[in-house]
Amino acid sequence: MTPSRDLTTPTTVDRLRSVFPQASAHPSDDVPRVVVPRDAVRAVLEWLHGPGGFAFLADVTCVDYLHYHGATDRFGLVYLLTNLETNERIIVRTFVNDPAPSVPSVVDLWEAANWLEREVWDLFGIRFEGHPDLRRVVLPPAFESHPLRKDYPLQGLGERHNLPVVRRGEG
Amino acid sequence: MAIELPKGTLITQLDSLVSWCRKNSLWPMPFATACCGIELMATGASTHDLARFGAEVFRFSPRQCDLMIVAGRVVMKMMPVLQRVWLQMHEPKWCIAMGACASTGGVFDTYSVVQGIDRFIPVDVYVPGCPPRPEQLLQAIIDLQEKIQREGTTWCREFSLPERQKLPRALREEV
Repeated sequence: MTPSRDLTTPTTVDRLRSVFPQASAHPSDDVPRVVVPRDAVRAVLEWLHGPGGFAFLADVTCVDYLHYHGATDRFGLVYLLTNLETNERIIVRTFVNDPAPSVPSVVDLWEAANWLEREVWDLFGIRFEGHPDLRRVVLPPAFESHPLRKDYPLQGLGERHNLPVVRRGEG
Repeated sequence: MAIELPKGTLITQLDSLVSWCRKNSLWPMPFATACCGIELMATGASTHDLARFGAEVFRFSPRQCDLMIVAGRVVMKMMPVLQRVWLQMHEPKWCIAMGACASTGGVFDTYSVVQGIDRFIPVDVYVPGCPPRPEQLLQAIIDLQEKIQREGTTWCREFSLPERQKLPRALREEV
């Protein structure tokens, strides 16, 4: 039983849907979830940041639905938001597809999105348009693949063997 | 023809004397990245007491060390750091790969984990185990001491021998 239960009124989702009718609400007995089309995600997040009062971005992450049973889209992006005043939470999801999956960045709304979006770019290869510094954050800069994609082999493409060698007598 | 030596005089080879000094004053550089590091600390602590072998002075500056103990898995991004630390250590220097991960990658057969540090830096002694017990690390240090005594030379000629130059394991491109 979370304290947010009483405060997690459906009104936030209802208010959101009155502004954005294309957002579909998914009932959940825990955290309310809305799925929005990729072209509306930026506007929805702007609304949640402003009138919605969700000042805290808890996480940005991604799911690869390749070969997933019944999936119609490739990548599912997940934004976890928290309203620090009412203790409300909300999950915003959107789907992007190959080739060149991309979404607008939200770094200008939440500073916390900076490294989170860099991580999603690093591991899934999703571009965040308008990100101020979209470099790799977890893997070495020379890495070329996006290894959390389901079509990337677990043991890699030989990157782990492609490093300089130090022999005896050097240094 | 025999030469009369003054009482209390000992004759030895200089190489042997120098190696004896070196093997009994190893200064380890703890490169601990995982749970093996905890066993490494236990080895240095009072119960197992690495000081009995003259190797208790763990230094966190590679400039002051001559034995690197790599304890734990090393990922691609850590490998340049490991090599830099290794290159900063002064000759003569030795390396122990402690545990399954440092020696072979262990269970972490994934895209980012180096499959054995010996692919990229020289290793003298491997310690199996996940993690190895402190006794095993002590045995590795004893083995290394024997190795230093056996082949050590004053001017470190043993490191430039051809068989020490080649890598113990083939670098393979695995796809």
